Amino acid sequence: MIQTVLDGILTGSIISLGAIGLTLVMHMLRFANFAYAELMAIGAYAVLVFDRVVAAILPPIATAMAPLSLTGSLLVALVLAMVVTGVSAVVIDWLVFRRIRAKADPLSMVFASFGIALIVRNLIVLIFGHHPQLYSQAIARAQVISLDPLILIKPDQVFVLFAALALMAVFHLVLTRTTFGFSLRAVAENPTLAQVAGVRLSRMIIAVWLIGGALSAAAGMFYALTNQLNPMIGHVFLLPVFAATIVGGIGSVYGAVLGGFIVGIASGLALMLLPAGYAPAMPFLIILAVLLIRPNGLFGEEIQ
Amino acid sequence: MIGLVSYLSFFLTMAGIMAIIVLGLNLQWGYTGLFNGGVVAFFGAGAYGTMLLGGRPEPGQFGGFELPFLLAFAGGILFAAALAWVVGMLTLRLRHDYLAIATFGVAVALESVARNAQWLTGGARGLRGFPRPLEAAVDDTFLYGLVFLVLVLVVLGFVWWGLERLVRSPFGRALRAIREDEVAARALGKNPARLRLTSLVIGSAIMGSAGGLYVAYTAFVSPQDMVPILTFQVWAMLIVGGAGNNRGAVLGAILIWGAWTMSGFALARLAPAELQLVAGSIQFILIGLVIVGMLLWRPQGLLPERLTTLSNPTAVKAAPTTSKGD
Repeated sequence: MIQTVLDGILTGSIISLGAIGLTLVMHMLRFANFAYAELMAIGAYAVLVFDRVVAAILPPIATAMAPLSLTGSLLVALVLAMVVTGVSAVVIDWLVFRRIRAKADPLSMVFASFGIALIVRNLIVLIFGHHPQLYSQAIARAQVISLDPLILIKPDQVFVLFAALALMAVFHLVLTRTTFGFSLRAVAENPTLAQVAGVRLSRMIIAVWLIGGALSAAAGMFYALTNQLNPMIGHVFLLPVFAATIVGGIGSVYGAVLGGFIVGIASGLALMLLPAGYAPAMPFLIILAVLLIRPNGLFGEEIQ
Repeated sequence: MIGLVSYLSFFLTMAGIMAIIVLGLNLQWGYTGLFNGGVVAFFGAGAYGTMLLGGRPEPGQFGGFELPFLLAFAGGILFAAALAWVVGMLTLRLRHDYLAIATFGVAVALESVARNAQWLTGGARGLRGFPRPLEAAVDDTFLYGLVFLVLVLVVLGFVWWGLERLVRSPFGRALRAIREDEVAARALGKNPARLRLTSLVIGSAIMGSAGGLYVAYTAFVSPQDMVPILTFQVWAMLIVGGAGNNRGAVLGAILIWGAWTMSGFALARLAPAELQLVAGSIQFILIGLVIVGMLLWRPQGLLPERLTTLSNPTAVKAAPTTSKGD
């Protein structure tokens, strides 16, 4: 039980990171972006590439920081991958979404994102192959926290949880303490009114893609670090991040964070009753429950 | 020669089944503007539903009631329709993309039920053994293939005829009205939520019928028939052919199914050994490129929607006020 909740919190922190950008994008651009979770996959694989490059240039930092399996080069790679993923999100928007936005309705964007997800996921298969990979072959042993009930935690998991919380805290400070944060919240709240007040919408859209891409890259890397890296990351996390945004209410950043943890923990608990094979269906049940009880989510505004 | 004809009839049977699904999606997306992100769920519901009702009994397995084909077929269609009704009830009053997410979720959920609920769906190995309609009357497999092709074409023709009548009826005009301008339609006394729900349910029932035909054809259903790529293929077919035009929907089904089959052949023959493992991914990328490319450069498809109202200005005025279609 405690183990399940702990694992749920960890998964939840990864879902939360992925959901923050999605909720902003969905609110600002008014479409459900089925390609969004693929940013996690792009980020996770970018880390793999940069890690090899950095380790080759600067071998000294490529050693694991015990008891973590994390290395200095992985951290450098993470920062680089966050930038690259953010930029690729902007490029995808520029190549496809911006052009469809200009002439068609939001549902055409949903449609386009559907196609983009398929392309990105399978390009990754083409480049990196189907097989699961690990960042490092070093075995990160799980620490026994207690024997009865048995609770095991890997040091990497502790790192991931704190790193995820730190990223969210930084984003919170940006949102609440900077002019940029004010404009972002204004745009998220009411794009038209924000534009009247002098916020450049096109710039804010770029900023949101950059932030969303960077946070998703971190989420993807954290998942790959504590589990494994495979091309299906985007497909696996798509429904959970959607569930988190719907639980929290579309457009609410804090709702998305809370929603992520709720989805992570609730899925874990539900799987104590159901066979593990049903895991992919859990977020869907949570979405159904929210739509039945509180369609606008925890912090969402009234939706017509 | 027999081999070629037999392959051609197999190809056309599959293309015909696909075309039926595309027609169902065309009602939802083309005429009503509903995004169904889980086409495969409704196809699968029809397939598994028909199999459970009409299949042969197996020890330790629920289902296998051996109902007559038409009853099993109707049951599968009803199951798909009921699924659509539940999803629609929950999402259609909300933001438009909730339906997209929920239908996508249904597909994921049903796939995991198909994989895991051993007692119901046979798990990963699926369900096998289905008394195919008219099989007793035609004992030659080659001939039976042709008979089945005719059966598929009859269903396709019936669905086509029904949809053409439906979209030309006041109900069809009301659907297009809410797609184009919901507020105006509401002002004229239409109930958009109910119209959308009806369209979603009918479209999904059509997809379910395609699932039933598929099961009758292959006498086998497994989680492999529930994988997401089918949804993408059907969407590609609709956008290539032209949303809002049934002729386009069928044309798109034949073109994309042909391109899919041929690219599969070409990759299997020509691609170097190291690419064989990821040949499927190359095909998936092609489907994705077709979808995105069409949206960017020719969103109306090869055969665009033809609005008869444009050539007959009086009909524009007459249509909404005379419709009683909600």
